[in-house]
Amino acid sequence: MTRARIATAWLGGCSGCHMSFLDMDEWLFELAEVADVVYSPIADVKEFPQDVDVTFVEGALANEDNLREALHIRENSRLVVAFGDCAVSGNVTAMRNPLGDPIEIVKAVYVDAPDRDGQIPEKEGIVPPLLPRVLPVHKAIRVDAFLPGCPPPADRIQAALEALLEGALPPNRGEAIRWG
Amino acid sequence: MAAPIDLHEVSEREREARFRTRWRVKACGSTACISAGAGAVINAVEDMVEREDMQLEVQVIPTGCMGLCSAGPLMRMMRRGGQETDYQKVTPELSREIVRSHVINEEPLPEHQLDTGIPFFTSQERIVLANGGIINPDRIESYVAHGGYSALEKALTTMKPKAVIDEIRTAGIRGRGGAGYPVASKWSLLSAAAGDTKYVVANGDEGDPGAYMDRTIMEDDPHRLIEGIAIAAYATGASDAYIYVRAEYPRAIERLDRAIRVARRNRLLGRRILDTKFSLNVEIRIGAGAFVCGEETALMASIEGRRGTPRLRPPYPTDSGLWGHPTMINNVETLANIAPIINNGGEWFASIGTAKSTGTKVFALAGDITNTGLIEVPMGTPLRDIVEKIGGGVPDGGTFKAAQTGGPSGGCIPSKFLDTPVDYESLRELGSIMGSGGLIVMDDSQSMPDVAKFFMEFSMDESCGKCTPCRAGTVQMHNILQRIVDGHGTRGDLRDLEHLCTVVRDTSLCGLGQAAPNPVLSTLQYFRSEYEALLAKEVAHG
Amino acid sequence: MDRRPTVTVHFDGVEHEAFVGESVLECARRLGIPIPSLCFLEGISVWGGCRVCVVEVAEDHRLRPACATTCVADMEIKTETPRLRAYRKSVLELLFAEGNHVCAVCVSNGACELQDMAVQTGMDHVRYDPQSPKRQIDASHPKYVFDPNRCILCTRCVRVCDEIEGAHVWDISYRGESAHLITEMNKPWGESMSCTWCGKCVAVCPTGALSYQGRAVGEMEHDPAMIKRLALARNRHEWLYPEEAK
Repeated sequence: MTRARIATAWLGGCSGCHMSFLDMDEWLFELAEVADVVYSPIADVKEFPQDVDVTFVEGALANEDNLREALHIRENSRLVVAFGDCAVSGNVTAMRNPLGDPIEIVKAVYVDAPDRDGQIPEKEGIVPPLLPRVLPVHKAIRVDAFLPGCPPPADRIQAALEALLEGALPPNRGEAIRWG
Repeated sequence: MAAPIDLHEVSEREREARFRTRWRVKACGSTACISAGAGAVINAVEDMVEREDMQLEVQVIPTGCMGLCSAGPLMRMMRRGGQETDYQKVTPELSREIVRSHVINEEPLPEHQLDTGIPFFTSQERIVLANGGIINPDRIESYVAHGGYSALEKALTTMKPKAVIDEIRTAGIRGRGGAGYPVASKWSLLSAAAGDTKYVVANGDEGDPGAYMDRTIMEDDPHRLIEGIAIAAYATGASDAYIYVRAEYPRAIERLDRAIRVARRNRLLGRRILDTKFSLNVEIRIGAGAFVCGEETALMASIEGRRGTPRLRPPYPTDSGLWGHPTMINNVETLANIAPIINNGGEWFASIGTAKSTGTKVFALAGDITNTGLIEVPMGTPLRDIVEKIGGGVPDGGTFKAAQTGGPSGGCIPSKFLDTPVDYESLRELGSIMGSGGLIVMDDSQSMPDVAKFFMEFSMDESCGKCTPCRAGTVQMHNILQRIVDGHGTRGDLRDLEHLCTVVRDTSLCGLGQAAPNPVLSTLQYFRSEYEALLAKEVAHG
Repeated sequence: MDRRPTVTVHFDGVEHEAFVGESVLECARRLGIPIPSLCFLEGISVWGGCRVCVVEVAEDHRLRPACATTCVADMEIKTETPRLRAYRKSVLELLFAEGNHVCAVCVSNGACELQDMAVQTGMDHVRYDPQSPKRQIDASHPKYVFDPNRCILCTRCVRVCDEIEGAHVWDISYRGESAHLITEMNKPWGESMSCTWCGKCVAVCPTGALSYQGRAVGEMEHDPAMIKRLALARNRHEWLYPEEAK
């Protein structure tokens, strides 16, 4: 039997969803018996590999790096799961959206407020420019399943993974889709 | 109490006065011509007549809309004995020249003449607008001399209320506000409703972009509306009536206000009308700029002084309307048809138009068309006749693409359906509606997604915000349309748009939301390829 | 035993008895047939604005709000069809896209009718663009907070304040997407002379839009059923709680 290739990615979010992922505790051993986690912020892999079966994307798309990574993930994953409220809806990450153009906020924070010679942090290749609006993942790439929750409780993540390993989509009825 | 007006005597006196002078100058004083400079024309002629002592030769009569607004200001020279010459695009200087030429030299000025033999005039049948360009709307005598208030007199003195309703039923007239509900059925419902206090409301909250049928009636023939209201109230047992006019129509409000006062003074309104037992009080209520107040339950809330939002029906207004009393709301154009029906009989009216849509309909012709203006045609007239014959076709060598009827609640009719008869059912079958009578012609330079976006923006701005699908759904549909028009739309956007159209249509509370998707649905039905051509190239996996 | 006259109606093909004058929603609730709803609240007038409780009636292609549709004899009501499911879900998505609903930082997280309704209608994500409106919080009242970002314009607060408390502090201002709640004549709530601090508006709020001062995430619990108790007590002249009356 071929082993499933699973990835998780951490975009514009707090990594709480990944903490919840670790909360699956001993079931992670069972997971390890049937699947490889081929890319994850909690695994030491630098490059997102090709030919991934399913990728759990945590976080919203807040900057150009997030957007590029999302497109790259989509190209190399058979299934993409929006993992947690930020990925599903923007959530806390998107709370800046009502305030309008982010450059105004950045100016207020780095230039106007704290010190005399404040400057906007920018360095090409290191500090990615912010997107005008924070986007949920499905506004940039096709998403196959949604796993809301802030964070999604471990048992819901487990249920989603169990379904996926069976070749089905995660449950999308009842408490499985509760936000917050 | 003063004696009521003697209609016969006033009429005789007015007819004599008509032939007091050899010449009568009729100048269109309707809003479209006024905005083209008719006010200065009327003043110029009146000044000249006074300065050059021509009062015994010439009388100047400002009238209501003559119809061909695109050629305004319009002026008509009428010689005693019948000769009439019409002029177009008249300026103050030209008007003086015309009057001098006719009165002194007995010579017309052919180069400025307006040919009234063109199909624009000859193909129309004017019932509602019959007095346009003929009477002086500010003088009740002028209205009476053209048969005004004779229908009210006839109804009050020779007909039982039920007979009036029967006559309306024979006429088969349907509501001109858009939905086409049989008028007699509504009247019967109010007539049968229990209670001593009943209301009749004239809905003059005309709001479709480009439509001005009701405004013209209220401005140019206010007594006709009052007479229709009085007959409706008599037939249904109502003792109070309101005319609900939008605040954007100050001239209509001013003229109606004056007309009501004059009618009351002449015992055509108020207590014991024309010395009969029938009394009726009519008041004007002014809207505050909300399109949704044309919806009858929102309109009633507005009259009551509350926030103008619709409520659920039932109960229908004829069961529980203004302040809980039975109330009937009729469109202004509907009520303007009543006096001719009573005078000429229901069968006469039913002989005009089609079997299911009787009488005539007034349309405001606008857009990419040679003759823009106000027209009145028998129901069932093919759209082609309206566009090509009366409208004179698309100007500047353009090609007809679509006609939009029913405003933000209507749809676009493509050229392959140009031979469709214009009646309630035929238009509905094509995914549009009769609406109140806006008719916008579009040539092939118009982008249909753009048109749909325009109307969606209108509905979005005018949504009252009470129900979710209309309040938030119109915003989302507008967003998607904007994206498509900007070339960023995707296939998914188109799918979401179509789904939202059905959600908003089927779940909205009132007619505004239920009809808001119509411009999108009908352009998608007939011009889908235009939407698809605008879609962005699909991103891989996107 | 209720002796009111009844009529026969059909819910999803099953015959039931409805009391004359009863609304479809009331009847369904009594019979234990689930119909989701948001703006409806027993004890105050019917608003019919949220459109979550729509049902299909016979062959009518337009849907009817169950809260504002009276049961009539031989009515064929469908409460659960693919179309209704799709439409209810869309309406929920529209509500979520319209405001700034961030469950993770909301006082009502976990005890929110909007959240529950999203679960019930199967809303796992929102297809539509978030409108991200900029709305000012009113925390001027010493006891309560109003966060319009979480308001869904159900008008329960407006109705309860007007009809039960008789104060009419709340109303709606503007129209369409600009429609929003105001207190008094658009003055800060804390400056309101007519507010009696009774808290009924806060009790009936289905979301976290109205809450007590000082509540943190997930700490707010509303009590909309309180209004039914009050309304019933008023109608039946029962001025003590059942346990006190003994």
